[in-house]
Amino acid sequence: MFAYYLDLALRSLRRNKVLTMLMVLALALGIGATITTLTVLKLLSGDPLPQKSTQLFYPQLDPYPKDQPFSRSGKKLPWLMSYVDAMNLLHARKAQRQAVMALSQVKVTPQAQDGKAFYADGVLTTSDFFPMFDAPFQYGAGWASADDESREQVVVIAGFLNDKLFGGANSVGRTIRIEDHDFRIIGVLRPWAPQPRFYAVHLGGRDYGKGEAVFMPLQGARADGITPNTVMSYGPEHTDMQHLETAQSIWLGLWVQLSSADEASAYKLFLANYAQQQVALGRFQLSRVAFWDLMSWLRNEQVVPDDVRLQAGLALGFLLICVVNTVGLLLAKCLRRSREIGVRRALGASRGAIFAQFMVEAGIVGVAGGMLGLGFAELGLWGIRHQPAQYASLAHLDLSMFLFTFLVALVSSLIAGLLPAWRACVVAPAPQLKAS
Amino acid sequence: MHPIVSALKHHKTVVILVVLEIALTCAIVSNGIFIIGNHLATMRMQTGVADNELIWAESSGIGDASASASQASRAAADLAALRGMPGVKSAVITNSLPLSSTGSWGTCIARKAGGADADSVCTVIMYAGTTGVVNTLGIRLSQGRDFLSQEYQDYDPFQGSRAPPPSVIITRSLAEKMWPGEDPLGKPIFLGDRNSGVTHVVGVTDHLLNPSINKQSGADLNMLLPVTLTTGNMYVLRTQPGVRDATLRNLPKVLDRVDDQRIITENHSYSDTVSDYFHDDRALIWLLLVVIGCLLALTALGVIGLSSFWVQQRMHQIGIRRAIGATRRDILRYFQTENFLIVSAGIALGLGLAVALNLMLMKQYELPRLPLAYLPAAAIVLWLLGQLAVLGPALRAAAVPPVVATRSV
Repeated sequence: MFAYYLDLALRSLRRNKVLTMLMVLALALGIGATITTLTVLKLLSGDPLPQKSTQLFYPQLDPYPKDQPFSRSGKKLPWLMSYVDAMNLLHARKAQRQAVMALSQVKVTPQAQDGKAFYADGVLTTSDFFPMFDAPFQYGAGWASADDESREQVVVIAGFLNDKLFGGANSVGRTIRIEDHDFRIIGVLRPWAPQPRFYAVHLGGRDYGKGEAVFMPLQGARADGITPNTVMSYGPEHTDMQHLETAQSIWLGLWVQLSSADEASAYKLFLANYAQQQVALGRFQLSRVAFWDLMSWLRNEQVVPDDVRLQAGLALGFLLICVVNTVGLLLAKCLRRSREIGVRRALGASRGAIFAQFMVEAGIVGVAGGMLGLGFAELGLWGIRHQPAQYASLAHLDLSMFLFTFLVALVSSLIAGLLPAWRACVVAPAPQLKAS
Repeated sequence: MHPIVSALKHHKTVVILVVLEIALTCAIVSNGIFIIGNHLATMRMQTGVADNELIWAESSGIGDASASASQASRAAADLAALRGMPGVKSAVITNSLPLSSTGSWGTCIARKAGGADADSVCTVIMYAGTTGVVNTLGIRLSQGRDFLSQEYQDYDPFQGSRAPPPSVIITRSLAEKMWPGEDPLGKPIFLGDRNSGVTHVVGVTDHLLNPSINKQSGADLNMLLPVTLTTGNMYVLRTQPGVRDATLRNLPKVLDRVDDQRIITENHSYSDTVSDYFHDDRALIWLLLVVIGCLLALTALGVIGLSSFWVQQRMHQIGIRRAIGATRRDILRYFQTENFLIVSAGIALGLGLAVALNLMLMKQYELPRLPLAYLPAAAIVLWLLGQLAVLGPALRAAAVPPVVATRSV
């Protein structure tokens, strides 16, 4: 039966080539736009560490004075922590793993004679960073927690920097000159760049992109005068960048790993106690805290750019109009064929059969629209890859979006086909036959 | 009118669909055009500097910890080398440039010493430039005078206890915000730690955009301080027309010749910088234009498809009307009026949707309110589009000969 409906549908579509092409083209444009923008949206709002994200948490404290809050509305808590608080929480070791971090632009000088110095993105952090974020090592390993305190001049470099400086060879044990100080390489990472770069949010880095080139122990790097990208002061004095550790400034992010909900609520309690203790000590005026799991943190900070969400909404609106348009055209077509329907009904076709026949016809328009729409989506993504956006290079259609395209196409065309098919199957045969 | 309305009642579903399509198109098109208008207005703002004659470079790697005396001599050597380049009219060092997105310093300034919050204006951008900065950038003063050579002083806003230079040039917007309706010339501005330092306004410019335009500091709330040296190290050159691009290519070599240990991080013509700044706006405008174009085309095609279908369906009735005396013009009018009614219903619904969509966008993306003037404009576009789309099918209907009435279909 299906083959027969298919044949009927193809004949009917071929009879009205221009109309059919219009329907397919309209649907394809809507689908192309929708898939392009949804791919980007999915990419940008994705889970950066799917295997770990439920175990990672971001605590916030508020050292700002009551009358001069961090945000104008007074509702938002400071994004970052002061050195003293970050170190207190780090040393308390209340979580399974914990690391503080700041981002910095550092000058890297190659050892080669003709090598020109260049700037690279660096992370100043503590030893748990690598195991906590599952950063994979190609060679060597990260530093031990003892190295944090002893201000060891060691560094872990990213694979792309290793390729650039050492041609991809095992460079563990060699030295690299950063900000005019020699650092010993102890580890080389495999390509690793969670998207969005959740830990870089508010640290003065990019939210998307290939990731940092060097990872250094925080205290050692600070001893060499390396300064973080983002420093915000909550005291009346101007911040002295050389003495950030004692300044009334926030510039560090703290991430902790907790493996169960119980541990998370215990940590939250610990955090609240800590803030109250600081109020009692006179260091804080406000005892409020916040505690986010990774995905809620990203949502709350609205990492996904507004433009991208606006475009996705626009594309969905566009698809809606395409579907309404297709409904209208299919309906017009099916009403014109009332007589043909009457004949088929008189010859014994059931209402269900007529309904199925018209749905098959709508489905064919959908599949054709989906295939053409896939082409439009690839074209759209190609366009996005040639934009200078941070996420440009990531815009590719993956398998799930590929299948999703056909699902959207089929569903939207079947929805568009419902009303015309219904109208077709309730056509009363007798008047149609009488008229002719 | 009455027969048209009763005829439409027989095609409720189809009419509702067309009305819905036109309403959605109306809502999206009016908001789309509004967003385009907003972005174009930003893009057309004057930067306040000589866009087509400036080039700039940024260099770091000169030991930042070294004494300021040696920094000053390096800067002087750099500037001397740059001024010696053929075609270079003048060269200065600044901390930032309008729309360059880099080196932006925001601060709070006050009308009175140690002023309370009520007396201060915050998120004011500070520009700092070395000798000749006003002429090199091409800043036009609408009031007051340029800096005198002795007014350029050693000043670093990050060391808040240092006294600022004695004079400052501010924008009209800042003047209006500080002293609404008053003459700003000679007025004191307090800044630095606890607003302890003081400087006086010597000049006012109508146009000088911020390093970036954003909600906090607006478009042009800024002031320019005369300094002998500034962190940020942005070398800005004003060139003769015609040699700009050649100068731009040679610039890194000239700087390297003075000191090859530095890293030149940026090197652009200023007009490229402005164009880069607006890249996202341009991309969004093109995207919206394409979507609006597609939507209008789609709606037109939908109308054409349905009208042709109706014309075909009513062949017999048209024949009868012609046979009993209706002229071609009457038939044409009939379809045009019918289309006008449907499109009007769509527009009526669409205007409501447009306002609702705008309210949603205002909430989500902090867009301004849609000016009501956009609504009649969108209505006129859709009416014209509907009439244009129906013209073909209506003409075909008008061409139906009366003899059709006598044929049994």
